[in-house]
Amino acid sequence: MSITKEQVDKIAHLARLALTEEEAHAYATQLENIFNLVTVLQQADTAEVRPMAHPMDAKQRLRPDVITEGNEREVMQAIAPLTDMGLYLVPQVIE
Amino acid sequence: MMIHTLAEYQKQLLAKKISSLELTQFFLDKMAQHNALNSFITVCAETAKAQAIHADELRAQGKAGPLTGLPFAHKDIFCTRGIKTTCGSKMLDNFIAPYSATVTEKLDDAGMVLLGKTNMDEFAMGSSNENSFYGVVHNPWDTRCVPGGSSGGSAAAVASRIVPAASGTDTGGSIRQPAAFCGITGLKPTYGRISRYGMIAFASSLDQAGPMTQTAEDAALLLNAMAGFDVRDSTSLNVPVPDYTATLNDSLQGLRIGIVPSFFGDGLNSEIGAAIDNAKSVLEKLGAQCVEIELPHHELAIPTYYVVASAECSSNLARYDGVRYGYRAAQPVDLMDLYKRSRSEAFGQEVKRRIMMGTYVLSSGYYDAYYLKAQKARRLISEDFKAAFKNVDVILSPTTPDVAFKIAEKTHDPVKMYLSDIYTIAVNLAGLPAINIPCGFSGQLPIGMQLIGNHLTEARLLNIAHQFQQHSDHHQKVPMMESSS
Repeated sequence: MSITKEQVDKIAHLARLALTEEEAHAYATQLENIFNLVTVLQQADTAEVRPMAHPMDAKQRLRPDVITEGNEREVMQAIAPLTDMGLYLVPQVIE
Repeated sequence: MMIHTLAEYQKQLLAKKISSLELTQFFLDKMAQHNALNSFITVCAETAKAQAIHADELRAQGKAGPLTGLPFAHKDIFCTRGIKTTCGSKMLDNFIAPYSATVTEKLDDAGMVLLGKTNMDEFAMGSSNENSFYGVVHNPWDTRCVPGGSSGGSAAAVASRIVPAASGTDTGGSIRQPAAFCGITGLKPTYGRISRYGMIAFASSLDQAGPMTQTAEDAALLLNAMAGFDVRDSTSLNVPVPDYTATLNDSLQGLRIGIVPSFFGDGLNSEIGAAIDNAKSVLEKLGAQCVEIELPHHELAIPTYYVVASAECSSNLARYDGVRYGYRAAQPVDLMDLYKRSRSEAFGQEVKRRIMMGTYVLSSGYYDAYYLKAQKARRLISEDFKAAFKNVDVILSPTTPDVAFKIAEKTHDPVKMYLSDIYTIAVNLAGLPAINIPCGFSGQLPIGMQLIGNHLTEARLLNIAHQFQQHSDHHQKVPMMESSS
């Protein structure tokens, strides 16, 4: 299968990555090679097979709907790049 | 001071022949002497000494447990409160974990002394440790070679005996492959046996922590403390933890070992094949019987893995946004620019490649063809093992198709690098436990073999590995190293 530079640009945007021209071209070739490795999957007969999301087929555990974590805003924001008065700061989004 | 295993140091501490502080200082000195290996990202000298002093006090008060005062190292993927936790990435170069991983807490509570945080492939993605933001780790047996990955720092540190033991994590072979390349014992337990809480996520349905040690006996000691149910990990198994040291000396009489003939074909270094033949005869002398088995869907393992792992990686790593913690690009013009540049500037090439791949297989129009298809193939792979374990107790295979390769030999060809995980990957897809055990040398480079067991048979794997190590000496060999100071 072939992967175009346009496809790479689209994936990069979805993944929120900014790629240089050089990187985009390199990734197009490398992803193509990786997908060629993956094509063998298409030949597998999986018509009657249920998808497996968890290696032990475990079900999601439920717990009582009670608060277990305290408010640790200060601790968590101490490692944030930019905060002010308990708020995370980002470039202006709303005019 | 002589080099010893954890179990031996345990006896010396118990007999009060050494103190934890002496032991800790001994290893801190060795780490400094051999820092050219680059096996550490962070050395915790001061906190380690404080922990050692505390451990010695506990012992004096008669409050010491089996692991109290024993030093070790953590792979830098486990969150350690107050200590930098980088996951080998520029993204987390400034990240001081606000909480500790369950594994960190457990070993801390057991009284172990944390010597430092070991180097690793960025976000555990890699098979050579060449993807670390902190530089490549050198294989102590031949410093021109890679130590394997992603737990390459832990493997190199244990192999060179600059730490007595270390933790690792294994998503597609990241404990077993570096253990094989460096000639140590490395156990990847059953998925869910050890809590993933606070272990930085790569592919959540595959990630599993485990011990990396000189011997199976040491692995049993560490697993005793690491394993167990954790309410904070939604996929943790609520199953009692046996004493893994209690069954190490069980007999191997009647043990049925499965051998997959196609694993020993052209793709395998013939010296590895010969070393495993020797190991087979050792195990047969101990009462085991080898039986040929097939894993018909094994060729699907690598493609399935790279779809599943990449998909999970792309969603797990979406959390790095330059806003809440980690790297943030300077002077962003808008929010999109902040996201894109923070991620692009701080993630390395391999991580970006996997995020791209994962985003693609999960994107609209491709989900069924790739991700869903891979999840179905995953079941086929898992069913193969289920069928095999009806006839055999364990499966013996090579851990790697070849011994450690040269630094930079495979960095330009991701596919070639991925293919080196051929023997380890299916185990993660099926959630099985498996152990690497040293079984010979090719020239000066170690050879490892892998024993795969059914779910929750860690005790049996450790028992077989221990019995093998009682009747072989490959695990006792130590590389000759020049000190760097």
